[in-house]
Amino acid sequence: MRKFLFRVSAIVLAISLMTPLLANSQESILDKVKNRGKLICGVHGGLPGFGFLGEDGKWSGFDADFGRAIAAAVLGDPSKVEFVPLNAAERFTALQTGEIDVLIRNTTWTLSRDAELGTDFTPPTFYDGQGFMLPKSLNIKSLKELAGASIGVTAGSTTELNLTDTMRSLGLEFNPVVYEDIDTLYSSYDAGRVDVVTSDKSQLVARRKDLKNPDDHIILDETISKEPLGPLTIHGDNKWNDAVSWVVYATFFAEEHNITQENVKTLKTDNPEIKRFLGESGEMGKKLGLPKDWAKQIIISVGNYGEIFERNLTPIGLPRGINKPWTQGGLLYSMPFR
Amino acid sequence: MMEDNSPKVISDKIPFYRDVRFLKVFFQILFLIGIILLAGFLYSNMLNGLRKQNLALDLSFLGSEAGFGISEGIAYDPSESYLKAFWVGIVNTIKVSIIGIVFATVLGFIFGIARLSSNWLIRNIATVYVETFRNIPLLLQILFWAALTRSLPTVRNSIIISDSIVLNVRGIYFPSFEPGPGFSAWLWYLFVGVILAIIVVLVLAAFRHFGQLSEPHHTDRPSFISNIIFGAKWAAAPTFLIVAIAGLFLTSEVPFAVNRPVLQGFNYVGGMNLTPEFSALLIGLAVYTSAFIAEVVRSGIQAVVKGQREAARAAGLKESQVLRLIVIPQAIPIIVPPLTSQYLNLAKNSSLATAIGFPELLHIGHTMMNQTGQSIPIFGMVMLSYLIMSLTTSAFMNWYNHRITRIGRSR
Amino acid sequence: MENLAITQEVKPPNTSKSPLKWLQDNLFNTWYNTILTCLALVFLFLVFRGVLTWVFTQANWKVVPANLQILMIGPYSIEQVWRIWIVLDTLLVLLGLSAAVWKGLVLRISTVIASIGLIFLLIPLDLVKKIETDPATLEFNLNIVYLIFFKRRWLLGGLVLFGITFFLGRDRNSLRRWVIGGWILSFPWTMIVLHGFGENTISTTNWGGLLLTLILAAVGIAACFPLGVLLALGRRSQLPAIKWVSTIYIETIRGVPLITILFMGSIILPIFIPGDFQLDKVIRAMIALTLFSAAYMAENVRGGLQAIPQGQVEAAQAVGLTYPKTMLFIVLPQALRAVIPAIVGQFISLFKDTSLVSIVGLLDLLGIAKSILGNPKWQGLYVEVYIFIALIYFIFTFAMSFVSRKIEADLGVGKH
Repeated sequence: MRKFLFRVSAIVLAISLMTPLLANSQESILDKVKNRGKLICGVHGGLPGFGFLGEDGKWSGFDADFGRAIAAAVLGDPSKVEFVPLNAAERFTALQTGEIDVLIRNTTWTLSRDAELGTDFTPPTFYDGQGFMLPKSLNIKSLKELAGASIGVTAGSTTELNLTDTMRSLGLEFNPVVYEDIDTLYSSYDAGRVDVVTSDKSQLVARRKDLKNPDDHIILDETISKEPLGPLTIHGDNKWNDAVSWVVYATFFAEEHNITQENVKTLKTDNPEIKRFLGESGEMGKKLGLPKDWAKQIIISVGNYGEIFERNLTPIGLPRGINKPWTQGGLLYSMPFR
Repeated sequence: MMEDNSPKVISDKIPFYRDVRFLKVFFQILFLIGIILLAGFLYSNMLNGLRKQNLALDLSFLGSEAGFGISEGIAYDPSESYLKAFWVGIVNTIKVSIIGIVFATVLGFIFGIARLSSNWLIRNIATVYVETFRNIPLLLQILFWAALTRSLPTVRNSIIISDSIVLNVRGIYFPSFEPGPGFSAWLWYLFVGVILAIIVVLVLAAFRHFGQLSEPHHTDRPSFISNIIFGAKWAAAPTFLIVAIAGLFLTSEVPFAVNRPVLQGFNYVGGMNLTPEFSALLIGLAVYTSAFIAEVVRSGIQAVVKGQREAARAAGLKESQVLRLIVIPQAIPIIVPPLTSQYLNLAKNSSLATAIGFPELLHIGHTMMNQTGQSIPIFGMVMLSYLIMSLTTSAFMNWYNHRITRIGRSR
Repeated sequence: MENLAITQEVKPPNTSKSPLKWLQDNLFNTWYNTILTCLALVFLFLVFRGVLTWVFTQANWKVVPANLQILMIGPYSIEQVWRIWIVLDTLLVLLGLSAAVWKGLVLRISTVIASIGLIFLLIPLDLVKKIETDPATLEFNLNIVYLIFFKRRWLLGGLVLFGITFFLGRDRNSLRRWVIGGWILSFPWTMIVLHGFGENTISTTNWGGLLLTLILAAVGIAACFPLGVLLALGRRSQLPAIKWVSTIYIETIRGVPLITILFMGSIILPIFIPGDFQLDKVIRAMIALTLFSAAYMAENVRGGLQAIPQGQVEAAQAVGLTYPKTMLFIVLPQALRAVIPAIVGQFISLFKDTSLVSIVGLLDLLGIAKSILGNPKWQGLYVEVYIFIALIYFIFTFAMSFVSRKIEADLGVGKH
């Protein structure tokens, strides 16, 4: 009997020990990252230009570089970041459960995601829109001619719904072919399994380069959706959301003011805003809970927005388009460093 | 407890906590309480987790418009409900499982018997086949076949065989037969065929019966019924077929219209189409499972005691008769149980189609989950569907196994 | 159907045959066998010609060496690769000891493994590629020495340790208990060394490639073992509550595909885990694999339990052993011994099944293969990449099934 009592009490004890875990502590992720000494960042598993695993086992791409920028700002070291490849279905759960600190994975800012999903968005790092790519030989100039076409799309994204909505509003029959991963999507398109492929235009451009004959394919001018893509943090952690947002602004700001990876260390300036940016005056870092030279660290390690773009997206053939500083007619607009 | 001087019964001495009967009940209650506590713990976590995602558990979404397209399967439109979309997935899973089982069984028996061939070359080819395909993960094989289908020619350069079979990167197109204007007339021929078949059988049986009556020293005379069953039933099928085929030519209008695949716009239209995803999945499932079935068949045949064959040969049976009458009937009961589990594996493995984009149950469940966020109920439905399919299959195979073992014993 | 080897089996072994006679007996003994042989030869010729032409002239094999690192270890830091070597060397030491104390089959298997290591040690593959020097020159020999003693020092060390422990452990059967303990401890040891702690932690999300595949399979089979045994005992229990809960668990899990359980682990499990407590995706996949294989393990063990005569249990009870003691010391040792081949079989299928984790986004061998194909540089080389990893899977599973057949034969001899 004593044994039984012992077992019962052991079970009860085990369960009661687990209950405190239910309580959600109010510590900001910013402090957690600092204590851990490492940032955990969710990225796309295989999207060249944005996030994919290189031959040396290191993650590279536009999104990965923003992860490094955050690590540089918070921890002063761009290498102190761990990337977790996520697919479309599991990305939000990973953020909600705290498995990752920040999600930088081609995620569109929409009202329902912002309001319902328990996530907060930070300024978009890339403005995109959904388009269609098809072979030139089909001689098709507009969406309306796509009746009866097989259209390839990836599962679990807004793309699939946008496609069905658009085609239905145009009253066109079509045959959707849904793929789980984008590699299969594009190789199937290249092989002619589907007539048309639809996705974010940036992705179409990025992937067109890798088709057998890139010049034989065109991207239709029509854009059927707005896709502002940016980092996400968990809902309600304002301190952390502020920090990530200002990391993004810092890259915009640096490009606006021509601060580059090369000149940032030797830059001499009398501009008080740039001084504040570089941490030479004011207490910008302290206000965000970041080190004094946080913005400088970002530029040292990954460069300004333009440099990040040119390093990752220009090689895959993406034009800057509207992803230019507002001073040049684009949409990138840094809030003042004041 | 009362003091008692009367001789003590043994059970009195045992305190309740060492009484086996009590302990059994106690322990079970404890166990159930533990399970319930665990379930409650998980449930409260789930509620917390769902609150974080702003979701409530309810099934009302099933009635709302799905809004996504499905590339193949029974008739469906994106404006139909989620429930209908789910049903399309179930039908696709069942379709690929049944066709896969048929192909896997045929291939498996061929290679299983080939592994016992007296021909060295055939035996070893079969061994290489079995060892290769069962030692490589199925998912990899399916991905491989799917990759191969992408190297087929494009629509414009299709391989066309005798104007009716078309092979290209969109799949294989066969001509299909559809009821034509003369179809109802032909149905009458079928009806006549059935009647005629019955008449022929009865007449034959009657001839046999009266023929036997005329034999005086026939002691163990079979009844009329058994004459029908054992003596004349063979005539039914040929009679019916002759009439049915004759009907095809005799009807004034064509009973069937051949629907050939024709290039129209983007695609070949008409006929029957096996999509590349379906084909890759089917090949993968059939080949992988057939390697296991081959092993089941081989060991089943080898398990028939050698003495049985020797005795049969000693009794003067031919080699083919030994196989047909002695080995196979005894091997089948040994083969059926492991065969059942292979069939179940095949049905469950069809879920791997989700990796290549064939819209089966799991793939559609996954899409629904992405769109509604209702992961828990949808997952429950998916798993329940698989469970029902598995249990039905194993119940059927158990029944079949029971039946054949009974027949085996009664002989 | 007629061409069964039924007649062949009863023939006495014919030891002295001329090749011609062999051909006649095995390929051309009847008219239909002659036809089959001819057809098979034509078929083989076509297949071999096609495959060989492709392999040697059309395939682009560069993709394999270029990505060998991530295929083997995934995003695991290359600077920290010595940890993997420590684990491998530990396993070689244990293997050496096991070979010494058990001999027989264990010795044969370890010898094969060690010789494979030796071959890897001695092939100067990197040299042949990099410096096209004449093998006779001094420079080449010095390079070989450098290669073996510096670049492959971990492998060399492991093999030396294997040899030393083998000679030290010979004929010390009392060590057996310790060696078993060592194997059990090697498990947490592997995890600790690979994961590390503090500054140098390499979290499981950075494990990948063949490394992750092997670890997932090993964790799956080792962790499911206790749970599987409990479930098997539970299903045979006379207490209805326990019996039914175990039965329902086993049959439910066996009735659904593994991939649905992996999806549960990746998408639904996080919802059931309280607040701040996190499990990363690799751990969740491990849990899913364990829960899945426990049901199959339970059925295997139950098969073994059924084979134990009731008399054994009754005898144990007569001697006064309690239920746990009866099971632990009398029934389970016999039952488990009988089901070793089945457990090896389960391990083989689990090893293949780990490839499914690539669907939930883990970077195991197949996941890495997919990510290589996503790299613009190597797009379209499906067949090459898939064939290479198929070969890796095949080598492992084929070797394991070979071993399992040997064990089966060995156990069979021991029993009768």
